[in-house]
Amino acid sequence: MSATLILAAVTRATSATPAQVSLSQSGLASFFGSAPVQLALVIGALVAVTSALVGVFTVIRRQSFAGHALADLGAVGGSAAFLIGISQLWGFVIAGVLAAGLMEVVGVKRVQGRDVATGIVFGLGLGLTGLFLYLDTQVPGTSNAAVSVLFGSLFVIDASVLPTVLVLALVACAIVLLTWRWLLVDSVSQDLAFVRRIPVRATGILFLVALALAVELSALTIGAVLSTALLIAPAAAALRLTKRVGFAILIAIAIGVGSTWVGILISYQSFGWLHGAHSWPVSFCIVVVLFVVYLLSGVALPIRARARRAAEVVL
Amino acid sequence: MSASETTSAPAPVLEVASVSVTLSGHRVLDEVSFAVQPGEFVGLIGSNGAGKTTLLRVILGLQRELGGSVTIAGDRGGIGYLPQKVLLDADLPLRARDVVALGLDSARLGVPLPNRARRALVDEMLEAVGATAFADARIGLLSGGQQQRVLIAHALVSHPPLLLLDEPLANLDISSAQEIVELLASICRERGIAVLLSAHDLNPLLPVMDRIVYLAGGRAVTGSTDEVVQSDVLTKLYGRRVDVLRIDRRVLVVAGPDDAHGHGA
Repeated sequence: MSATLILAAVTRATSATPAQVSLSQSGLASFFGSAPVQLALVIGALVAVTSALVGVFTVIRRQSFAGHALADLGAVGGSAAFLIGISQLWGFVIAGVLAAGLMEVVGVKRVQGRDVATGIVFGLGLGLTGLFLYLDTQVPGTSNAAVSVLFGSLFVIDASVLPTVLVLALVACAIVLLTWRWLLVDSVSQDLAFVRRIPVRATGILFLVALALAVELSALTIGAVLSTALLIAPAAAALRLTKRVGFAILIAIAIGVGSTWVGILISYQSFGWLHGAHSWPVSFCIVVVLFVVYLLSGVALPIRARARRAAEVVL
Repeated sequence: MSASETTSAPAPVLEVASVSVTLSGHRVLDEVSFAVQPGEFVGLIGSNGAGKTTLLRVILGLQRELGGSVTIAGDRGGIGYLPQKVLLDADLPLRARDVVALGLDSARLGVPLPNRARRALVDEMLEAVGATAFADARIGLLSGGQQQRVLIAHALVSHPPLLLLDEPLANLDISSAQEIVELLASICRERGIAVLLSAHDLNPLLPVMDRIVYLAGGRAVTGSTDEVVQSDVLTKLYGRRVDVLRIDRRVLVVAGPDDAHGHGA
């Protein structure tokens, strides 16, 4: 995220001088009054909700590595988008869904962390991304492509993508909500799912599509490199705190949306904290908040267990 | 090849007729035939590799048979099933009661909403299998025996006419195995559910089995325990001399010396 771009967007929308922006009183007022900030808060929340819902099932199904794969391969599309003249979001989404299809054909079971072939394919993906990002620099008006593909563009998203983001988020959420019980039985035992006449393979494909959509939407906001953080950290923290799927999803949504909003606020307020006229990149701020929340969930775990033991003794 | 024909009761819940299966050139099941009557407790006995799991998978429709037929009263999807190895992650966010509830309507789309009738059914089933005390614990943190109880409740909560269990006693200590067998026998007798349970040791099942299906080398012989577990019957089945020793209501099946071939054909 280019600091000057954030600054330009923010100051343009609020007509506040940089010095005023960092003053907390008027700063907060202009924070919520700023159109790019409002859009960032809305899109950030949409993406965080989708990532949390899909993320909880990703952790349950142990497919976080597949999520990372989809992010890497989606970046190829995100970076190629500038060359073929489609929007960056569609570049991410088309490449991500194609990659999900490819993973299904190759066999999802083989897409595991230890697989050498998988690692080499990802290397090729990032290599292609590097090539396309280099070529992007030759295209006029895309000087920011590399940062925007790899680290997101939450503050400079064009308001016109909001309907697309909303629809894609709804599709991903609908897939998970509809196949809810199928995903859960499958995670207890695939044989049980087969015996219950659940279309196990179709469920797996649909879930990969939902995963691709969630990951590519966060690639738009916080970047391809960081998108799995928003997918996994809220879900993993939530699963530490509760033993119920529904609660885990609600907690993950709260963590995801909360971290995104706090990250946006920190980034906005950070103007001038370091090196004069710069704000800290919003994707960095969000990821740091996510990391801290995940650490805190680890602290909460023993406290919660101790409270429960105490309650049992009383009973 | 049955040692004796049981009196033909009306419509068996399961009829397996001359089922054969070949897996990568190896004849795993060879013309296996038997039937399970409503409410019957049938033990599917055989050593490792005898074809027990393959037979259960054919019955469930998870494995295609090469020949023969499997007839099930009602719908295959309505069979209760307990798979052999269920590995549950400690961090799987499902309580014992959630796993049981999944047995009610897991094939349906959408998110299940809290519902008093569902909860009552689940509570009743948890109590029947003696799992009330750990109903709210994470399934992955329970002991093997406790998980078996929960999975049995999952399989039975939809009141299937037939329950298939693949080696449910394999990883249990002797006393939990005995508890599970007694639990199954009493619940299924009470509710008229037929049971087909595979095991490599028939002794824990002797007090409750109505009938036995003995598998060896892909072939089966069926009848009452007393009819089937005889030296001459098993010698014929194995195609080599086998001795059956009875010690204080327990049974020991041992291979005879290699050179002394039995009276079988």
